[in-house]
Order: sequence, then C-alpha cells, then structure tokens
Amino acid sequence: MSNLVEIRWHGRGGQGAKTASLLLADAAFNTGKYIQGFPEYGPERMGAPITAYNRISDEPITIHSNIYEPDYVVVVDESLLESVDVTAGLKENGAIVINTKKEPDEVRGLLKGYNGKVCTIDAKTISIETLGAYFPNTPMLAAIIKVSGIMNEQDFLNDMVDSFKHKFAKKPEVIDGNMEALKRALNEVKGL
Amino acid sequence: MNKCKSIRERLSGNEAVANAMRQINPDVVAAFPITPSTEIPQYFSTFVNNGTVDTEFVPVESEHSAMSACVGASSAGGRVMTATSANGLSLMWEIIYIASSLRLPIVMACVNRAVSGPLNIHNDHSDSMGVRDSGWIQLYSETNQEAYDNMIMANRIAEHVDVHLPLMVCYDGFITSHSIENIELIDDESVKAFVGDYHPEHFLLNRDEPIAMGPLDVQPYLFEHKFQQGYAMKKAKDVILEVSKEFEEMTGRKYGLFEEYKMEDAEMAIVVLNSTAGTAKYTIDRLREKGMKVGLVKPRVYRPFPVYEIANALKNCKAIAVLDKADSLNGAGGPLYTDVTSAMYTSNITSPKVVNYIYGIGGRDVRSTDIEKVYNDLRYIIDTGDMGTPYRYLGLKG
Amino acid sequence: MAEKKCKINANSTWQEMTPGGTIYDAANSLEFTTGDWRSRKPIWLQEKCKQCGLCVPTCPDSAIPVIEGGNRTDFNYDYCKGCGVCAKACPFNAISME
Repeated sequence: MSNLVEIRWHGRGGQGAKTASLLLADAAFNTGKYIQGFPEYGPERMGAPITAYNRISDEPITIHSNIYEPDYVVVVDESLLESVDVTAGLKENGAIVINTKKEPDEVRGLLKGYNGKVCTIDAKTISIETLGAYFPNTPMLAAIIKVSGIMNEQDFLNDMVDSFKHKFAKKPEVIDGNMEALKRALNEVKGL
Repeated sequence: MNKCKSIRERLSGNEAVANAMRQINPDVVAAFPITPSTEIPQYFSTFVNNGTVDTEFVPVESEHSAMSACVGASSAGGRVMTATSANGLSLMWEIIYIASSLRLPIVMACVNRAVSGPLNIHNDHSDSMGVRDSGWIQLYSETNQEAYDNMIMANRIAEHVDVHLPLMVCYDGFITSHSIENIELIDDESVKAFVGDYHPEHFLLNRDEPIAMGPLDVQPYLFEHKFQQGYAMKKAKDVILEVSKEFEEMTGRKYGLFEEYKMEDAEMAIVVLNSTAGTAKYTIDRLREKGMKVGLVKPRVYRPFPVYEIANALKNCKAIAVLDKADSLNGAGGPLYTDVTSAMYTSNITSPKVVNYIYGIGGRDVRSTDIEKVYNDLRYIIDTGDMGTPYRYLGLKG
Repeated sequence: MAEKKCKINANSTWQEMTPGGTIYDAANSLEFTTGDWRSRKPIWLQEKCKQCGLCVPTCPDSAIPVIEGGNRTDFNYDYCKGCGVCAKACPFNAISME
C-alpha cells in the first residue's frame, strides 16, 4: 500500500470540513480509487474544533484507526492554528493547506517548526465572490486536489460537475458558481 | 444460485445496512433512534415514505417498545427487522429474551457502542457482549461490506426451519457505521431471489390454525424449552455455512464461521472481532515483511461459538492474544478470551500460551502500533517462556 | 410439526415439546380440569332456583352449564374451583356452599 495517501482535516463544527472530506472521498472513488472518509466524532457542536480524515489508495484499505502521520493536512479555519497542533505527525515530505489571505511564509511561524511545504488559499474571498456566501469547503476541496496531486484536475472537475448536478438538482443556478469556485481555487493556491 | 450483478459504491456502514433492509423489504420495522444506529431507521423511514419498500414502519417511544413491537409483528407471521445500540439494547433486554424463547427470527442491526456509564457514545462491544447468552445468533462484521453481506444472509439463517432464532448483525459504531468506504452492492433482484419470502409454519394471524404463544412454562417444561433453544443454536452453525456457501456462489465473497488471515505458518496469532481485525491485517502485512510469523483469527459467528473449529485454527500457534473490546469486570478476562480458552481446553489443545487484552473501551482508538505491541509481547512470551499476567490492557493510561 | 399436536404433559421430552411452548390447539383449557382445586363445593338447590340466570355469567370457569331454552343445570364439577361467587350472586339462596 505504498500509494496510500492519508489526509487530515481541521475545521470547526458547521464549516463543512466533514462534508469536504466526504466530497474528496467521493471524487477519489469516482476515479476508481479505494477510499475512506470519516470524521472523529466527539461532543462537538457548532464552532468547536473538529477533525476529519481521508485515506485514498489504489488497493483495498484495511486499517481502521485515526490518522496520526498524515501526508497532508487541510486547515479550513485559520484561527485553529493558535489552538490546535495542526502539524502533529505531518510528514515533512507532505504539505499543509491553510485557508487564509496570508502568504505561506507569514503563517509558517505558527506551525511549530514544521519544515515541509506550506500552502495557502484565500477560500473566503473565492467563496464570497463565486457563491455569494462563505462556504469554504468547496475551494478547500480543490486546493487539496491541487496540492496532493491525487487525481487529474480535469477528471476532478468533470466529476464535480456531475455530482453538483445531482446534489443541486433543485437549484441548478448554483452549479456554475460552485464550479467557478473550484477552478479559481485550483489556480490560486500559493506556495506550491 | 445465479451470479449477481455487482454494483461498485461508496457508503457508510449504516447506509449499507439500511440499503440491505430496503432490498430485503421486510413486513415490519420497529425502531427507536439511538446513536450510532439512528441513521438506519432514519434512512429506512425515507424508503418507507418514498414507497420504495412496502414495510410498516412503527415509530415507537422506546427500545423496550421497539422490541415488543417486533415480537408482536414476528409472532403474527411477519418478517421483522430493527436496529439499536448500547443503552437501547439495554432497554430491550427483557424482550430480547422473549424474542429468542418464542423462537422469533427477528433480525437486528446492532451498531456496537459502549453501554453507559459514565456516559459514552463511542464504540466498544459491551452492548452486544451483554446479550451474548440471550439466545440470539450474533454475527460480527469487520467492514461496511461485511455488515451489508451479513445483513443479506441474516433472514435466511434466522428463519431456517432448523434454527428459528433471532439474529443480530454487529458492527463498530462510528468506525464502521459512519465511515464512507468502498463497497460492492448486490442488485435488488438478486437480493430478492436470495432472501426469498418468509412463510412461517405457525403464526398468530393464521385463521386456519388458532394458536397460543408464550404460555406459562413451569418446572416440567422450561428446561426442555431452553434445551431446544441451545439445540437450535448448535444447528445454526451448519445453516450459517450453508447460506454462506450459497452467498458465495452469488457474489464470489466467501464467509465462514471465522476468517483466518495468514495463519498457515503463524506462530503468533491475534483473535479479535470487527474493525480492529482490519487494522491487525494491515499490521500483519508489515510485520511479515520483517519476517515475523504472525496471523489473525477473526470470529464472524460468535453465537453459536465455533468451539472446535476455532481451537483447531489456533492449535499450531505458540502464543495467542485474544483482544476483547468489552471488559467482563470479573477480574478474569473478557468474554471472547473466556470462550477461546475454554474452547482450546475442551479440545485438548493446551500448548499455546493464551493471553487477553482488554482494548478500545469507550472508543479508545486502536492504532497499528498497538497491534504491533501485542505481537511483540507474544514474541517475548515465546522467547522467554514467561507468560506474565494473562489479563492485560492495551492502550490504558497509567 | 403436526406430530407436535400430541398432548404435552409433565413427562414430555424436549423432542416432544413444541418450540417456545406454543400451543397449536385452540380451546385446550378443556383438557385442564381444575375441579380438584376446590375446597368448598357449591350445591344447586333446584327447588329454590327461579332460573333468573344471574349466577351463570359470574362463574369464572364457565362451570354452570346452560341448556337449550336458557335454563341452567347442575354444576360441572370438573372445572368448578369453588370460589363461591355464584352463591353470593343468587338472590334466592338457591346455591349453598358446603
């Protein structure tokens, strides 16, 4: 299982980090991968820090524990950098993707000496400009696809348009905005 | 049995089980929501409202009522299913025994969760282990796939004329119930053909044969009726294998009483139920690369307990660790350990050293490094001949 | 399981008993005579009886037979447990408990 990719998501209850991890699992599944997508359930409510996980592999995945040494970490809310040890166990040859307006070098100082790749994406601006509201999970999903390279970007976009058509069957007017959010996020990740 | 169409999907364990129930299309489902099994009646009631099933869904006010409604509906002659977890199963306790003693083939999804208290909603096996001697067949499932497959086979086993016992399909709360993973579903038509219709020989709503169920069963009778339950439980072993064989012909997926993983030449084995078996397989693959002769026995059928078969599977090991996700709190090891050691002793297999680990209580995460530690402990026992205390704890702080 | 319709009694083996103790014959309580539970015995004093019929529905064991025309006859002592409710119900002292 040398091709196993492990991803850990940090977000706050209600921001869609769990949903994003499930969307990532979906997208990878649709390109033929074996996947796991699971949140760590606790007593959390709206606003509390939450963790979610993905495993993605070309072979069946049997391990059923949380992820302690992820290849990638996604931080959906930058305020978590002060309270959560987001780089705990993160592989140095991996990467962390953070939702912030800042440049990678500006946030590196908050990462407890992490020496690997630090990427940032302004998911808030993208979300508000394309969707008219703050839904960070859509741009963050595209950002982790870009940073991890776990699937071809065009395959990813093709798959997402299909799943948005299904998900938003009753409000097709939001599909274009969501697709635009994904495309912009693929292009606007900093620190690659 | 014809080959089925296999549908590649990704579902959580609860989605998979709710879909199995949709395909089975039982007469009655009575359930009360409790984490982490809540999604099953939630998804299923959607199927009911959408008209994709013909089931009478009974939204009861407690689990005691849920199981009571199941007993009533099953006595009446219906095919009946339910789902619960932890304290919900505790509240069913009284009627759990009524269901099995009336020989009603009710099928339950038991999404394993710690029985409070202190209050905990996460996974361990204290709920289903608490009813292990209630006369229900218990099948355990490592993955969403196994939970789904066990569910598809459940009615056939429970309703078999030699068995007629209720059955619970157990799988790990959150770890399996709420994780999205790949799964191969069976097409609806094949499930329908495999499961078939339920035509009990005797049932309360049969106007041609007025019967009475659940009479007072005094001293000259109850002993014999309990023996009959145990006898049916013994018979269930063959029925489970028969149904599993047919299932394999349909799907290509093989199920036995337990799964053996890399046991051919194993000196050290772990015996463990449900999702942790997957983590053990992952660890075994890595330890094998280092030359350690390690293997796994994962019981699928825990009730009836496959005494001689399990003992036989373990007889060539030098050291064995039985992992229990429920503590019997008896100062003498967990339930699976007690059953495995008793099975080995009565099969006259006494040379392997067998130790017990209580692990994963209340959702304590089990890492591959935990499993590795167990195998290293077994290595130490073999190398030194020193078994130390047989009752151990894995992942306990302090 | 038709053979299981045989009469189950205290000497029946597990092979003979029905699963779960289910009873496949309706009205089988007729086979269970409870008359020997009786410590006091009601006596029907036919000469005092006005055939008003008040005693009949009070009997918990249906041990007061009613014949064609609606008249009662003598007690069925196979089932009468001697509870005495009929004697209390009789307005004419036509039932005495002995």
